[in-house]
Amino acid sequence: MPHDKHLNIEDFHFPNLKGIAEKRNKLVHTFGALAELGHEVASRSNFQETIRTSLHLVLGSLGIMRGGVARYSRFEHELNMLAVRGLGDFFPLSLELCHEDERQFLTNGLAPIEVSQAAVLPFFQIYNRTFESTRLELFLPLVIRDETVGAIFLGEKATGEPYTSYDKEIVCAMGRHIGSAIAQRNMLTEIERRSDENRKLYDDLRMTYADTVKAFATAIDCKDKYTEGHSVRVGKYSEIIGQELGWGADEVEGAAVAGYLHDVGKLTVERKIINAPYRINAKESAELNKHPAVGFEILSPIHHPYTDVPLAAKYHHERLDGHGYPDGLYDRQIPYIAKVVNLADSFDAMTTDRPYRRRRPANDVFEDLQRNAGKQFAPEIVSAFFRGILKELNGEVKEKSFRKMLGREYMETEGLAISLRTALNGMTPTSPLTRISAE
Amino acid sequence: MEAEAVRVSPVEPKTAVVVADDYLNKLTGEKIERECKRRLDEGCTELVVDLSQTEIVNSIGVSILLGVIDSATNAGAKVVFSEVNENTVELFDMLGVSKHATVVAV
Repeated sequence: MPHDKHLNIEDFHFPNLKGIAEKRNKLVHTFGALAELGHEVASRSNFQETIRTSLHLVLGSLGIMRGGVARYSRFEHELNMLAVRGLGDFFPLSLELCHEDERQFLTNGLAPIEVSQAAVLPFFQIYNRTFESTRLELFLPLVIRDETVGAIFLGEKATGEPYTSYDKEIVCAMGRHIGSAIAQRNMLTEIERRSDENRKLYDDLRMTYADTVKAFATAIDCKDKYTEGHSVRVGKYSEIIGQELGWGADEVEGAAVAGYLHDVGKLTVERKIINAPYRINAKESAELNKHPAVGFEILSPIHHPYTDVPLAAKYHHERLDGHGYPDGLYDRQIPYIAKVVNLADSFDAMTTDRPYRRRRPANDVFEDLQRNAGKQFAPEIVSAFFRGILKELNGEVKEKSFRKMLGREYMETEGLAISLRTALNGMTPTSPLTRISAE
Repeated sequence: MEAEAVRVSPVEPKTAVVVADDYLNKLTGEKIERECKRRLDEGCTELVVDLSQTEIVNSIGVSILLGVIDSATNAGAKVVFSEVNENTVELFDMLGVSKHATVVAV
């Protein structure tokens, strides 16, 4: 055509304008369906709903009368129907496959198979009558990344015409989207399953750890017949203090473990010193006072799920005023967990009988704790401990830990709740730590 | 079969009219499908789906209407899509919907 000539519409020959318009409409319709399918698969909506919508889109894009989408279970070798439309009540919701079916699916890949050609598949032979009665015409194994994840069953087209290669291309493209959605879902299910398994394993490990810790505590307490159950009680008191301080579940558990193991160093101290029915002399005392450092040495190589367990053992005899041992640390130099265990340990020492003295009366013990807040004990830890006891006395907690450990009579000491409340009111505003933070 | 008997002697056909919304998508489409099934269960022999307010029917809408046709066929009932706009008539013709139901254009 010469360049200088103007082009008029009459110069062009349109053999089938109607046919072109129809093809264009078909393209617009199917591409609209493909776009919607992509959006649906990418959305975070419910998986079942996604599959139901996907089936609608496949059927509606090409005007297919009936069909279904199935997910393949590689453990049960079954195709389980996720969504069906128009397949009738007799269509099986679960179709068994054999290895040969699986092999042929993988060989075929993600490509539609006409039902007339699919007769070679073993499972087609089993379900042939059902497929015939439901007028299935096309079968698409959903093979994604060399793995069968499901299948699409399609019935006749509403036009009554056979599937064209264009139709099959569309079915294939949509199948890829649906297959990816199923594969993604399978992956999520697998991740959830493994995560559940890991959680169970972790719980088992924690339980084993807790049992080991308790066994250690029992072993420690066995050395001292007078303080039987001391470590377990210190663990429990430390746990209550942690709770009252508003710690998280893991930290509270860590406090309990620190309490259970704080005296582990005593395993190396001679039994006669621990069980001496008299006040021990300086030499024996020096020997006994080595147990925090020894405890630290024993616990340090162990990888504890909680921090500071070895430090609690090492510093649970330190005091805020620096008069403790082994290092004579002051207030903020002492690890917090050690301060918690220190209070729990001292409380248990005052409230249990010793070979050379009886346990002290409850009011006397609480007065002592209050008096030493800011000297030996951290005031807010004393307050937390008092709150824990008060809660039990007021019936605000189910577990009666103090009553169980100290005895009913001890906990029913006259005026105990009032003196604890008074102590709490009196000490909080004037505690040294409060003053420091206020400044 | 009772449904067949009603169909072949349509002296007083039980006609139900279901009016569709402006956009026939999954949500509105499934409502229509439920309603049509309910009417068929009640013994309706002619189902008229009024599409006068419907501007667009997407693929999901087509699938749902094919489902309505399938249910009606199984129940021995007729389906009429009435007041269908030009674009939708073209779509129905293209996809073969018109082969299974009476399509009445606007």
